[in-house]
Amino acid sequence: MSGSTRLLEVSGVSVTFDGFRAINNLSFAIGPAEMRAVIGPNGAGKTTFMDIVTGKTRPDTGRVIWGDENISLIGMSEARIARAGIGRKFQRPTVFEEQSVRDNLTMALKADRGPFKVLFWKPSAEERAKVEDIADTIGLAGQLDRTSGELSHGQKQWLEIGMLLAQDPQLLLVDEPAAGMTPAEREHTTDLLKSLAKHHAVVVVEHDMEFVRRLDCKVTVLHEGSVLAEGSIDHVTKNQEVIDVYLGR
Amino acid sequence: MRALPSSVPWFLGILGLVVLAVTVMSEAVGTGLISTSFLKVLGMTLCFCLAALAMDVVWGYCGILSLGHMAFFGLGGYAIGMWLMYARTEIIVAANLAGRAIPPTEAELRDAIGSQIFGVVGASDFPWVWGFAHSLPLQLAMVVVVPGLIALVFGWLAFRSRVTGVYLSILTQAMTLALSLWFFQNDSGLRGNNGLSGLQNIPGFLDAPQAAVALAFFLASALALALGYVFFAWVVSGKMGSVIRAIRDDEARVRFLGYPVEGFKLFVFTLTAIVAGIAGALYYPQAGIINPGEMAPIASIYLAVWVAIGGRGRLYGAVIGAAFVSLVSTWFTGGGAPDIDLGFYRVDWVDWWLVLLGVSFVLVTIFAPKGLGGLVDLWTERRGRDRHGADLGPDQGALREREAGE
Ligand SMILES: Nc1ncnc2c1ncn2[C@@H]1O[C@H](COP(=O)(O)OP(=O)(O)OP(=O)(O)O)[C@@H](O)[C@H]1O
Ligand SMILES: [Mg+2]
Repeated sequence: MSGSTRLLEVSGVSVTFDGFRAINNLSFAIGPAEMRAVIGPNGAGKTTFMDIVTGKTRPDTGRVIWGDENISLIGMSEARIARAGIGRKFQRPTVFEEQSVRDNLTMALKADRGPFKVLFWKPSAEERAKVEDIADTIGLAGQLDRTSGELSHGQKQWLEIGMLLAQDPQLLLVDEPAAGMTPAEREHTTDLLKSLAKHHAVVVVEHDMEFVRRLDCKVTVLHEGSVLAEGSIDHVTKNQEVIDVYLGR
Repeated sequence: MRALPSSVPWFLGILGLVVLAVTVMSEAVGTGLISTSFLKVLGMTLCFCLAALAMDVVWGYCGILSLGHMAFFGLGGYAIGMWLMYARTEIIVAANLAGRAIPPTEAELRDAIGSQIFGVVGASDFPWVWGFAHSLPLQLAMVVVVPGLIALVFGWLAFRSRVTGVYLSILTQAMTLALSLWFFQNDSGLRGNNGLSGLQNIPGFLDAPQAAVALAFFLASALALALGYVFFAWVVSGKMGSVIRAIRDDEARVRFLGYPVEGFKLFVFTLTAIVAGIAGALYYPQAGIINPGEMAPIASIYLAVWVAIGGRGRLYGAVIGAAFVSLVSTWFTGGGAPDIDLGFYRVDWVDWWLVLLGVSFVLVTIFAPKGLGGLVDLWTERRGRDRHGADLGPDQGALREREAGE
């Protein structure tokens, strides 16, 4: 396949933690405007996979190639990878609790990241409007000046998704976005992710099969650090191995 | 210009009133109720407050517990002290040699200055570090350049290897110890443990009475503190403040937003080191003397204690802490506090003050983590209640008000 149809390509990656192989010869690829769900039992290596792509964990072997220019992400700092266009939402919502919703979103907003640029940065009218828009999208419109530590678990999840929207990366890695959300909130989150996938690559890790089904996208099943199956949701849910290790339990 | 926090006008107003009151009571232009030596203490306290502001930004806002910022303070003091000492010695030596039939050559003059300054350590040649001492503008530049450069190099090495937390604090202590030991050596060319003295005599104003000089330095220190407050309030408002507080709370997360965390730490560390240097440059002409003991590791620990007692993470807290603790300390160690005779033991405050300070520090850390600055919250909350209390219902009011305040 030619380079331009792949935004991220992970090939033959392995990671060992103290002799334990968390990722085992994993290969994965995603296109520039594609939605992908990643499922798998606890400890399958889903979060570790995201750690590798975002530079938090360095793989022992393998390649991680990014973008049109085929840049290798291995050895790049987390901040540089983020600036290259990869955004991440963590499994446990991590927003800056002491700061307001507005400050959290403003910090994430796409802009120059250098200290001197940040020191003299002033929001333009569009940037202010963008923050308001995002707050609207994530259901926090009236709460911009609230301290984010006061938000409910589900609202924090959304705030973090909002920060991803503000960052506007090419690839979004979203780890368990629906945990702690009510059914209505989950539905809203699916819609949001689906609309994002029209212009971005989105990787969603989720345990809730209903949620995954609604995403209506290709599914990758991870097990013991490598890909067990890949294909449509109906395809993978009929796979006997997938039923044995994950769905059947 | 972005909106500054509301503490700025309050701070400037209160500082202005204090300055006015002190000036009116000074010996130079006022009633003389405040002695010149106490005026100097007040001026020096303002310099401590400025250093505490810098400490609060690097520690309270950015989360870097630097235990080395008083070393930068001392470096600023040495930088200005070298010019003061050189220039004054030059005037004295020139006056001595003026009486001779043959006017002294440039080299003779320089040798004479050298043996005057370095006689105490048995030397007379100018060491390389005194290369700029003849020039006020260059030495003023050194006030900024030397602390800035040392902070930049040290910070670059430390932050790049991602040293954080208590290890970083220990590293800053090691840097401070190394610096003060280097200054203690006679070979370093800074007069070893004698330090620099006579700094209260300002060349160009040698005939001016000390009362006037002290007032001038007091006013300059107040101005520097005011400017420092406005500047840091500007730095920590806006997005920069947001990012550095985020780094304090969860630096790993900040990296995933694309911010070069190490660069921000280096920026804050260096900037605050420079401000500490400026504070030191204003302090030592009022103290009159500087020696390497002033840069000892313990001095930087005191700075952290002041900020902790005042309440970190709020600029006025640092100022309150530094002013309160250093003035109380002066009172205790200066024999102001009467000794307590317990019959079997006499509590001598000069010795026991440090114990009292240590205990207060522990108590504040445990029971009042917001420090003295937290008292201001009590007051602003009450004011908030007075203003809004009527509008909100009697029962729900309390809750909604808390939300409104936060
Ligand atoms: N830094 C680490 N050190 C040691 N072991 C680790 C580390 N990170 C992950 N692991 C291990 O690697 C395995 C994969 O973990 P990972 O968090 O990627 O699983 P996951 O698929 O995200 O699971 P879950 O669904 O529970 O979130 C686990 O067994 C975990 O204990
Ligand atoms: Mg996980």
